[in-house]
Amino acid sequence: MQNSKVTPLISLRGITRVYGMGEAEVRALDGVDLDVKAGEFVAIMGPSGSGKSTAMNVMGCLDSPTSGQYHFNGVEVAGLDQDQRALLRRHYLGFIFQGYNLLPRTSALQNVELPLIYKGVRRDEREARALEALDKVGLAERAHHDPSELSGGQQQRVAIARALAGDPKVILADEPTGNLDTKRSSEIMELMQALNREEGLTIVMVTHEEDMAEYADRLIWMVDGKVAFDRATQKGGK
Amino acid sequence: MLWETFKLALQAILRNPMRSFLTVLGVVIGVAAVIAMVTIGAGSSAQVTSDVETLGAKRLMLTPGQARMGPSSPGTTARAFDLGDVDQLESELSSIATAAPAASGQQVVVYGNENYRTTVTGTDGRYLLASEWEIASGRKFTSAEERGRSVCILGQTVVDELFATADPIGEDIRIKSLSCEVIGVLEAKGASSFGTDQDDLILMPFKTYARRIAGSSDVPMIYLAMRDGVSTDRAISDVSALLREIRRVRPGETDDFTVRSMEQLATMLSGINSVLTGLLSAVAAVSLLVGGIGIMNIMLVSVTERTREIGIRMAVGAQAGQVLLQFLVEAIVLSALGGALGIVLGLGLAAVGAQLLSIPFIPDLSIIALAFAFSAVVGVVFGYFPARAAARLDPIEALRHQ
Ligand SMILES: Nc1ncnc2c1ncn2[C@@H]1O[C@H](COP(=O)(O)OP(=O)(O)OP(=O)(O)O)[C@@H](O)[C@H]1O
Ligand SMILES: [Mg+2]
Repeated sequence: MQNSKVTPLISLRGITRVYGMGEAEVRALDGVDLDVKAGEFVAIMGPSGSGKSTAMNVMGCLDSPTSGQYHFNGVEVAGLDQDQRALLRRHYLGFIFQGYNLLPRTSALQNVELPLIYKGVRRDEREARALEALDKVGLAERAHHDPSELSGGQQQRVAIARALAGDPKVILADEPTGNLDTKRSSEIMELMQALNREEGLTIVMVTHEEDMAEYADRLIWMVDGKVAFDRATQKGGK
Repeated sequence: MLWETFKLALQAILRNPMRSFLTVLGVVIGVAAVIAMVTIGAGSSAQVTSDVETLGAKRLMLTPGQARMGPSSPGTTARAFDLGDVDQLESELSSIATAAPAASGQQVVVYGNENYRTTVTGTDGRYLLASEWEIASGRKFTSAEERGRSVCILGQTVVDELFATADPIGEDIRIKSLSCEVIGVLEAKGASSFGTDQDDLILMPFKTYARRIAGSSDVPMIYLAMRDGVSTDRAISDVSALLREIRRVRPGETDDFTVRSMEQLATMLSGINSVLTGLLSAVAAVSLLVGGIGIMNIMLVSVTERTREIGIRMAVGAQAGQVLLQFLVEAIVLSALGGALGIVLGLGLAAVGAQLLSIPFIPDLSIIALAFAFSAVVGVVFGYFPARAAARLDPIEALRHQ
């Protein structure tokens, strides 16, 4: 593809992830090769159980592969310990989950501040940056609401704001619209697309919906823990 | 960062105030119990000490026979003292300042339509000297009266019971068939450490009592006051030596009398007191331990409940150590709050208890500090294990937790 000389931000080579042992062994990932360059918007699709989430978790350093090599920004992740991986997540990665994963009984603002706390940002700056992130997702006026007082779409936007607040290089989104209706889904996808286009954020997103995948530049199709095909989307191809 | 962690902990605690309160309830109750017990114990010890001082630490009591634990065996009744013994003790021993005879019995006393059962003691003026007891109104016995007149001095309680607010001086009361003129009222002393009312008595001249009430001139008890600067041990050995001589106890034979000092009594009392306090404090300490286990339990539960939260925090970049610290600080803050609450509650209980038992309220700073430190330690110990369990989780395991 284009810019093939640039080191990819994410590079998976022969990644396997095996759950269980013996008879009960499940090869969730079975030799995945995958490159994601900085600034790309990649969608991952595939049947249920094909290893999409597992791949995301490995890329997000939330899970460790059984074998294979994972280079993030040229660094071999297998060589990092738990704390270093936490640092990698802290400084480079932002997550968006299907179930939002907001802290209950904690205001939208405090939820968004969370990554900044661990980045050691001082209180007033933290609040300003969290508000800014909430503003980006159009929820500034809901800053002091608890998640329980927000709609699903709003909660997911808070989650996006939280992923953005830490100023990551990559956003990893596992079915970010899985719990939302079509209209809310499109809003979220437009937001993600804007972030990708205007802020140059790299986005890797798992989705079950063709329509959502069309917002990405590139589509990766997984089957049985392997990459079945990897092509540009119609939009991305243009 | 630590301050930040502290604030986060406080936030987490306040996010669910009811659960937090129930969590520390055990520690609150435990600390309160320990503080209340120890404070009340200290108060009653102080009370015993000051009682003994008012009783006169310099007093000895003589009774015939050997004091035994349990029922006395018949046939070994020792000869009673007589008034001659009393005079001899007083005049011959340099270590003894005063000796006073005493014979007592329970009697019903009547005045007008009122009657009241009280202790009537036959003694003489030396009794008041030996016990450093003053007359509140009226006067002491004259030496003429001490030779056998029907006069008496009342304790305040008897005055209250028989005369209410009227002035008893100069009135006649009846004890058995004896009509007896009230010549004085004793200063009120209040309750002793045994809880008995020291003002519930009537004094009359020993000879009057012996002749008209007891029908015997035996002296069943002698009160002695030591001279200033004389040690209790020396006084006891002087008294014993003289009595053995008077009563012809052969060398090698055991005394046929008993010398008791108020000091012994005080030691015994405060001994009982500290054993009781110790026991109650031990019970209270157990409840504190149970409180700690309660904290551990809730912390464990809350870790499971908050596993997703841990997953989320790890996903946004929290390191295991930071999660550990957060839970640890949370546990310590929680139990320290519980400890503080327990201290306030315990002191309050002790203050009320001291009021009710009419003993001094003496808060012991070192115990307070200890209880507070202990509750914080409970937080560390019982907060550490759940926190470690939380920190060891793999982020994805924690996140997947439903
Ligand atoms: N913790 C686990 N223990 C055992 N097996 C697991 C675990 N997590 C995932 N698997 C297995 O790994 C395989 C891939 O799971 P994964 O969650 O990656 O699928 P997916 O493509 O995300 O599916 P879906 O579209 O349903 O989310 C599945 O067969 C699943 O059963
Ligand atoms: Mg999945």
